[in-house]
Amino acid sequence: METLMKTNRREFLKLAVTSTGGLMLGFSWASASGFASVDEATFAADVNFNSYLSISPDDVITIFSPNPELGQNIKTSFPMIVAEELDADWTKVKVIQAALDTKKYERQLTGGSGAIPHSWERLRKAGATARQMLIEAAAKRWNVSAATLITENGKVIDKANNKSATYGELANEAAAIPVPTEVKLKDKKDFKIIGQPIKNVENHALFTGKPLFGLDFYRDGMLHAMIQRPQSFGTKIKSVDSASAKAMPGIIDIVQFKNNVAIVGKSTWQILKARKVLKIEYEADATIESTTDHDKLFKDLLNSKEASVKRKDGDVETAFKNAAKVITREYQCPFLPHNPMEPMNFFAHVRPDGVELVGPSQTPDMARNEVAKLLGIAPEKITLELTRLGGGFGRRLKADYVLEAAELSSIVKAPVKVTWTREDDMGGGMYRPAVRYRFEAALDANNNLVGYRLRGVGINSGNPTREDNFPSGAVDNLLIDAVEYKSAITTGAWRAPITNFLAYAEQSFIDEVAGEAKQDPVQFRLALLDKAKKSPVGAIKYDIDRMKAVIQLAAEKAEWGKKKNVLQGFSVYFSHRSYVAQVAEIEMKKGKPVLQRIIAAADCGIVVNLSGAMQQVRGGIVDGLGHAFFGNLTFVNGEVAQKNFNAYRMIRLKEIPEIDVHFVNNGIDPTGLGEPALPPTGGAVANALFKATGKRIYSQPFIKQEGLEGVNLGTKM
Amino acid sequence: MATFQLHINGKNYSADVEADTPLLWVLRDTLGLLGTKYGCGIGQCGACTVHLNGIAVRSCSLPVSAIGTKKVTTIEGLSENGDHPVQQAWHEVDVAQCGYCQAGQIMTAAALLAKTPKPSAEQIDTAMNGNLCRCGTYHRVREAVVLASTKTK
Repeated sequence: METLMKTNRREFLKLAVTSTGGLMLGFSWASASGFASVDEATFAADVNFNSYLSISPDDVITIFSPNPELGQNIKTSFPMIVAEELDADWTKVKVIQAALDTKKYERQLTGGSGAIPHSWERLRKAGATARQMLIEAAAKRWNVSAATLITENGKVIDKANNKSATYGELANEAAAIPVPTEVKLKDKKDFKIIGQPIKNVENHALFTGKPLFGLDFYRDGMLHAMIQRPQSFGTKIKSVDSASAKAMPGIIDIVQFKNNVAIVGKSTWQILKARKVLKIEYEADATIESTTDHDKLFKDLLNSKEASVKRKDGDVETAFKNAAKVITREYQCPFLPHNPMEPMNFFAHVRPDGVELVGPSQTPDMARNEVAKLLGIAPEKITLELTRLGGGFGRRLKADYVLEAAELSSIVKAPVKVTWTREDDMGGGMYRPAVRYRFEAALDANNNLVGYRLRGVGINSGNPTREDNFPSGAVDNLLIDAVEYKSAITTGAWRAPITNFLAYAEQSFIDEVAGEAKQDPVQFRLALLDKAKKSPVGAIKYDIDRMKAVIQLAAEKAEWGKKKNVLQGFSVYFSHRSYVAQVAEIEMKKGKPVLQRIIAAADCGIVVNLSGAMQQVRGGIVDGLGHAFFGNLTFVNGEVAQKNFNAYRMIRLKEIPEIDVHFVNNGIDPTGLGEPALPPTGGAVANALFKATGKRIYSQPFIKQEGLEGVNLGTKM
Repeated sequence: MATFQLHINGKNYSADVEADTPLLWVLRDTLGLLGTKYGCGIGQCGACTVHLNGIAVRSCSLPVSAIGTKKVTTIEGLSENGDHPVQQAWHEVDVAQCGYCQAGQIMTAAALLAKTPKPSAEQIDTAMNGNLCRCGTYHRVREAVVLASTKTK
């Protein structure tokens, strides 16, 4: 089936014949998503006129990729989608990272596993429109009907007359063709580039050490800076003695603003040395907390009468009162730092006539707006150039480090790059919030799940529940509520926010309830989904069939329950529009459980780049596994106790199991993959560990659990 | 401050820095060789790995004064055209996600294969275990080292 897309001049215009000849097309990303289109008159001034693709006479196709690249591989997969509909020769595609430009691009951010789902249609249309113009140019040149022509690998072909012309040869003529009002999108079964394992377009630059990242930004005359922030959350500066630090070699200035003391100098090492002799005294500014305080606090919050109700179905009180069996379990997780391998950094040059910002940000538009507000200048006077991001994991959704750099540059009136050390990064906040859950299940005499209660309590967690996720909709009597505690410890989105731990807790609990109900854990989940399908209770925001399909695929690929001497644990989760089920497999070696393998079934809709997608799932699982086992950030009097990798354990190469990845091939438009593989992992592993050890795990990190201190990860240890 | 003569990637460089400056910051701040990355500053993550007379070392913890006449190789000097067997294998296996740690991974792998052209699985794991990858590309790192070993004469 072909999809017919309506296009009009407002959505897609050719910009100009490029200076070297060739076709340059502009494409409005906004209109394709159903946003209100703008006037023709506005368009003449280039407003709302978005991405470009250009074709040069020597057949080089340049595609601008507007969204921040942090390892989710969109700098490769965005252009793949354009090139697919264009029928381009992939080997001749050149990709350029676009700077922030809200007039040209829509949703120029990376987060929520949303880049591909939000841009899919716009990118396809961009390619298809150019293709159609190239066909029409050839039809005109050869004086034949456009309908008789086909395209292939960067050429327009007239089979009947045995003629062909490359896109480069046709580009100038195509530029004179009116932009088509309707474009045909390819039938998905004809995709040649989409779905292939296409290698990262940045490989050569990455593997030869080219300066791609924010920290790699250097410019003549640029100053270096580091900022000493309060060591303890809940404190503020009392006094600063910077005399000895200022006298150190290479130090240009020491500047205090807000709760920051910035050391500005000529080189990183000189700044690091000066920082050691900087004397700052702090005093209390808010409640100063330790992890032991939080542990007590959680117990109070779980019994609070002040909970905010998130979802209520049926009559929970009665269901629990009449239950044959009630199962109550609690789960807790610590704060986690994001720890991208490239620590925070940003370059800023605040000049009287405008501001230049360069660096790694997941949300460049928001960062620019916040800087504009801080400095009291118009956003139009600020340029923001995006570098590659050395990881994000949600940390770079925040603009704090961009604002600091801009404020410092405005004070010292010089171009300055602020670099965070690992200690600054790990001790500096915006963490995955610590939360605790209490789950309760009511079973009737026939072991049916008739009641379900979840209370989530968290520290600066926002809503720590996802009230409309599974098993909501499958249980007649259900109550989900939450209590949030406000703390001076800063938190933020951490890859798969909330669900990165909630999924583990929920899927561990469901497993335990299935056990109490004397049912197979996979069948138990499928039966609940069947019930939700047949007689849904309240609103259901997940797709029951898609969830069932990944459960069945994972169970089939793992030969669930059929393997001898293999202890399997199951988990499934819906997050960010996609579905992933996992089976963790443990084998006993010398009396100890060894995590041998994780089998994953993922439904993210159409897979754009098979190589990137495979790694995204494996990487998400490694991330989920590593943090479930080792991740632990604790506080003593408001200060983080683990500030570098010698004290904070990260998963390493020896500790990974085999990971088999299977994608559900259902042909639906892409639904995102940056996060959904992570949430199910902890639960699958914990459920397998239960089979191996007979012990349930109720908190992370696993490594702190009695009996698990010596458990090995990885097949070779 | 003192002047240090350094032999990096087959060229002679002169750096006017304090004697305790780690090689990492001499490379990055003074010489503009930016392929070697800062990750932790305490030798725990491996992002700053370079070769010193062919041995993989952590440049963040190596004072410039300790180098003397030893030859330094950074990712920029591993091969002239980016076609060292390890770099080729890294491309063929498509190892990277964010890519920040990969220069360090490649330098560690290249030093391993220079010394042990056909490493066992265990030798690969031991050599590569010191390099952190936050994206979790470890399966591909392993696979690429094995592939590179088949390309090494």
